[in-house]
Amino acid sequence: MTAADASARIRDRFGIDAVADGGLGVTLPSQRWEEFARFARDELGCRYFNWLSAVDWKDQGFEVLCRLENLEAPLVVTMRTRLGAGEARCPTLTGLYRGADWMERECYDMFGVVFEGHPDLRRILLSDDWEGHPLRKDYAVDTAFTPYR
Amino acid sequence: MPETQARQVVEVGYGGNERLMMNMGPQHPSSHGVFRMILTLEGETVVAVDAVIGYLHRCHEKLGETLTYVQYPSIASKTDYVAAMTAELAYVSAVEQVAKIEVPRRAQYLRVIVAELQRIASHCLWLGTWCMDMGGALGGGATVFLYCIREREMVLDRFEELTGARLLYGFHQVGGTRYDVPPGWDKKVRETVDVIEARLDEYEAMLDANAFFRVRTQGVGVISRELAQSVGVSGPLIRGSGIGYDLRRAEPYSSYGDFDFVVPVETEGDCYARYLVRMVEFRQSIRIVRQALDGLPQGPISSRPGVKSVGQVRVPKGEGYARVEGARGEVGCYLVSDGGPKPYRLKWRGASFSNLAVLPHIVPGHKVADVVAIMGSVDPVFGEVDR
Amino acid sequence: MIAAFVVLNAVLVMVAYLTLLERKFAARMQSRIGPYYVGRPHGWLQPVADAIKLLLKEDIVPTAADRWVYNLAPIVFLLPCLLIFATIPFAPELGVADLNIGVLFFLAVSALEIVGLFMGGWGSNNKYALLSAMRAVNQIISYDLPFIFAALVPVVLAGSMQMSAIVAAQQGLWFVAYPLVGQLAFVAFLIATLAAENRVPFDILEAESELVAGFRVEYSGMKFALIQLGEYAHMLGTSFLGALLFLGGWLGPGPVALGPVWFVLKALLVFLVITWVRWSFVRIRVDQILAISWKLLLPATLVLLLATGLVVALRGAGGA
Repeated sequence: MTAADASARIRDRFGIDAVADGGLGVTLPSQRWEEFARFARDELGCRYFNWLSAVDWKDQGFEVLCRLENLEAPLVVTMRTRLGAGEARCPTLTGLYRGADWMERECYDMFGVVFEGHPDLRRILLSDDWEGHPLRKDYAVDTAFTPYR
Repeated sequence: MPETQARQVVEVGYGGNERLMMNMGPQHPSSHGVFRMILTLEGETVVAVDAVIGYLHRCHEKLGETLTYVQYPSIASKTDYVAAMTAELAYVSAVEQVAKIEVPRRAQYLRVIVAELQRIASHCLWLGTWCMDMGGALGGGATVFLYCIREREMVLDRFEELTGARLLYGFHQVGGTRYDVPPGWDKKVRETVDVIEARLDEYEAMLDANAFFRVRTQGVGVISRELAQSVGVSGPLIRGSGIGYDLRRAEPYSSYGDFDFVVPVETEGDCYARYLVRMVEFRQSIRIVRQALDGLPQGPISSRPGVKSVGQVRVPKGEGYARVEGARGEVGCYLVSDGGPKPYRLKWRGASFSNLAVLPHIVPGHKVADVVAIMGSVDPVFGEVDR
Repeated sequence: MIAAFVVLNAVLVMVAYLTLLERKFAARMQSRIGPYYVGRPHGWLQPVADAIKLLLKEDIVPTAADRWVYNLAPIVFLLPCLLIFATIPFAPELGVADLNIGVLFFLAVSALEIVGLFMGGWGSNNKYALLSAMRAVNQIISYDLPFIFAALVPVVLAGSMQMSAIVAAQQGLWFVAYPLVGQLAFVAFLIATLAAENRVPFDILEAESELVAGFRVEYSGMKFALIQLGEYAHMLGTSFLGALLFLGGWLGPGPVALGPVWFVLKALLVFLVITWVRWSFVRIRVDQILAISWKLLLPATLVLLLATGLVVALRGAGGA
């Protein structure tokens, strides 16, 4: 499976042109997030789950990224989706990849992105009573948190 | 067994299937830092494990957004404080990738030398602490631990001569390295790796033929090929599970393509396989260090001006993901730049975070004693897990 | 009475210096120096410093502990460990009581330590301690049988349970050198000793990497010292037993007055072997420990005992 090959199959199936960014970058609507991940795993052979995270583009909303790999090919697919302004819901990938569990929890912890369908969406790095999501750009770093500050 | 059912706890019951909830950590002799496992036990057997992390969270990603490209590399070393060299390297590589900065060949070779020495030091600490987990602080494991620490000290001495620091170095900078080798350093490094290579034989003599060591590690904590990929483990763990995936080979960065080395693969996926993989890696790292010292080119060590006029690094708008093969696996930095003096977003992909995520999938079904053996074979560094 | 007092104090002093010996020995194995500064040369005052430190430490009783059981446990644990010295003669006619069932007394009393152990684990009301106490019962039950069978081999060879008679029977040939049965029994005895004394690789009840310190995790100060004392006293007692049963006790070259010296040296040799094993192996798992005992050691020692019986019977027949 070469990158050109994969790119053609993505175009056939999803009608999206993949961007070459060292691997393949695919920007999707969030409705097709899980569908694409399943396609990548089963058809492109991207069984390796590398990482998942988000970027806060302020008033343009969150962008969620996920990096999947086919270690044999080798082929890297970076899935991206824009959640839209004020929106913080994204489908979960926990049904497809076990690594998505902790990565999505971290993303929820840091950005407040709610992964719908995640079986155990708790905070992972911060304490359970923490207020706010620190990696959001509107998070004030000097927010009081008793008794620590 | 579904997780919810496994977590049900009957602490004192007389039905014959009492379960005991036991807290391992955050303060525990074998938690390798601050890590808490909530174990549900049936007798001695673990039926469910809930891993709680975050005790060492120091906001690295937020810090990355508030510090300039020049300030951050020395902070980056604090993510994985046992292998600080590779953590720094991941960050500066990401900046270089986004800013399209070339690195002189001498600097690339120096990066390889310190990365491999760091791998040796880190594996020394792993072997020592892992054996201590299994043998106990007062038992046979402590003997191996002290031997390993003795060897690690030698590597740290070399780092001290190079950078002036023993744990967190600040050796890398965007565009190259900060220090050149002092006179006579390469000779000392050669002597060091010679000694370590000889001592490795002693470790193997002490462990490989040790029947008790084998029964504790063989068949324990098996990570299948599928599970390894699905969770995204990397480094010695994935190589112990039958996938010969090593970034130094798959995606040669920093002139790793120049060197001749072997990527060890074991198919068993158990603790013993991971041990074998790491023992081969020790020797391969020594090989690479020797080759790099032999072929160390002359020239500048940085494509950017020296320490005193370091100034600002101009990074154009863009994004990039750079990764290196650390001692524990893939250490990556995803960097988004908006053209300003600081990154817009910095994501750390810590090898230990993904490696540790495999614990809840492999621990249930094992005995309590195996939990610490498995945990040690994963070799997590909590600075990197919690970041 | 006076003999008991002397033996008890001698044992306590020896135990204190046993810890120093072990630390020094371990240090040499690990290319360290070991205790050095407290009492030069070579830290000979270290045990005293340790004792003072432990005496002055705060005695903590967990609120949720079962106070009676918790406080009694160290004493119940220590008593049998000291009582075993009652039957050990250090030379002919030099001992507290040379019972005619000396070996039996030793084995019976030394098995009693488990009661104190379990009390400590249960009374602490701590999950680590509880698990450790459960492991302790498993292990002691499994290993006492092979231990007893291995110790019975010299008894059968000597035809007596009296310690001095067993030593006397080794006049010509120490039982460790007795063809085949003696040697195998000595190995089995050493293995079972490791387990009975909870030493690595069988120290699952202490298991500081999993159970922190097992049954004594909640103990501090003097109570901790008592438990530690009991453990080392037990180890010393078993080393003496090993020297008596297999290494010919006080027999050795030189005048008879040197007997006790030989005896102590032999016991220390047994102790050092145990220590050597301790610092070179990893701990094995509870199920593996039980498997070793029930599937390997117990049948092996039983067969050994049977074989010894045959040997003795044939020897008797040939002699008569």
